[in-house]
Amino acid sequence: MSTTKIALVDYGAGNLPSVERALARMGARAERASSAETLQGCQALILPGVGHFGALMRTLGEQRLLEPLRSAIRRGVPFLGICLGLQALYERSEEDPSHAGLGILSGTVEPLPNTAKLPHMGWNQVRRVRPSVLLRDVPESSFFYFAHSYAMLDMGDVAVALSDHGVPFVAALEHNNVLAVQFHPEKSGEAGAQVLRNFLAFAGVEGRP
Amino acid sequence: MTLARRIIPCLDTDGARVVKGVQFANLRDAGDPARLAARYNREGADELVVLDITASRDYRPTFLETIERVAEQLAIPLTAGGGIGAVEEGRIVLRAGADKITVNTAAVRRPELIGELSREFGAQAVVLAIDAKRAGDRWEVFVRGGRDSTGRDAVAWAQEGVARGAGEILLTSMDRDGTRSGFDCALTAAVSGAVSVPVIASGGADTIEDFLAVFTEGHADAALAASIFHDHLHSLSELKQFLRARGVTVRWPA
Repeated sequence: MSTTKIALVDYGAGNLPSVERALARMGARAERASSAETLQGCQALILPGVGHFGALMRTLGEQRLLEPLRSAIRRGVPFLGICLGLQALYERSEEDPSHAGLGILSGTVEPLPNTAKLPHMGWNQVRRVRPSVLLRDVPESSFFYFAHSYAMLDMGDVAVALSDHGVPFVAALEHNNVLAVQFHPEKSGEAGAQVLRNFLAFAGVEGRP
Repeated sequence: MTLARRIIPCLDTDGARVVKGVQFANLRDAGDPARLAARYNREGADELVVLDITASRDYRPTFLETIERVAEQLAIPLTAGGGIGAVEEGRIVLRAGADKITVNTAAVRRPELIGELSREFGAQAVVLAIDAKRAGDRWEVFVRGGRDSTGRDAVAWAQEGVARGAGEILLTSMDRDGTRSGFDCALTAAVSGAVSVPVIASGGADTIEDFLAVFTEGHADAALAASIFHDHLHSLSELKQFLRARGVTVRWPA
């Protein structure tokens, strides 16, 4: 069993228990972090997220977690953002322009076009555009579970995989220690489990194979 | 890349055990929810719905325990509902392990509930369940497990629910439910064409051709069934391979 401390940022997101359960299945234990103190000394950081961008950023602010999160990420702590946790990495989102994002990556999260049904909810495939840590040993044809109406539409130089719902959008990104997925690996069956295992391996966390 | 059409087994429970009935009546025991959940997770279900069909009032601890036991088994999304009437009830169901909650009777009585839940948990977590029955050239909404007529038009109610913040519609044909006479494709197409969110068709599934029809003629985004899966009439793999061979995008192999 690993002694690496994985902090799971707890801002009240509904999917936090699911992420915990998924990690537990692979023998990794995460600690819920809802204050700056609980983030200290963590060696891996996971920001799960569902719901509203403004609510996430507001709650992180109230918990005084914004600066500790930014500084941990800048220090090089391996970070995994899930769904809204990916969007939070950017400077802002059109979902709620009154709240700034973490600003680790530059750009604005935008709504998906309403030419397709929204939310983009269900299982979709991804197209790899760069070699990826997260998608290692994941079959090309795999489906992942998505549930969102906003997305990063600008691929920048961080996207490793794209998906498509009316327009192409960033499905997975990797930038040094910063990794993030728009889909829910904790809800994406075996393909999602492999993504989580890949993150744990990247973070140096020993888990069960 | 295309969004896959989803196949969703449904566990109707009395809170603790899976039950089966025909047209919302004559319930009988059909097994342990966690065991069925584990089986469907393994066999390639895209999502699972678990409902407490006996609860129209207070939220019961036995059902929350059932949600926890079911969630424990799943690496796919879980939708739960039955009797949810307030934001705090929604929160405990989500915290117990559901990814989405359904609202039905309480939303008809107080439509503002949909918006309250949607603002709190996001539209993607709020599923408006509609039980509809044909009335002449339209479909009428029924509540309280199909017992009470509301006079509301099902298509108009679906549109109002989406405008208020529902992220998905779970549409059950009361005429077909439990009859194994096929999905109501006309009802499903009418609602699917009228709203901007995904529609889950429910009620009447029998043959694998019924699923093909509800995806092609009914324009459903997902199809839900209970007894035909519980009773092993069709395996998920047989169904998905059939659909894939007919050009329907499905998540297979899972």
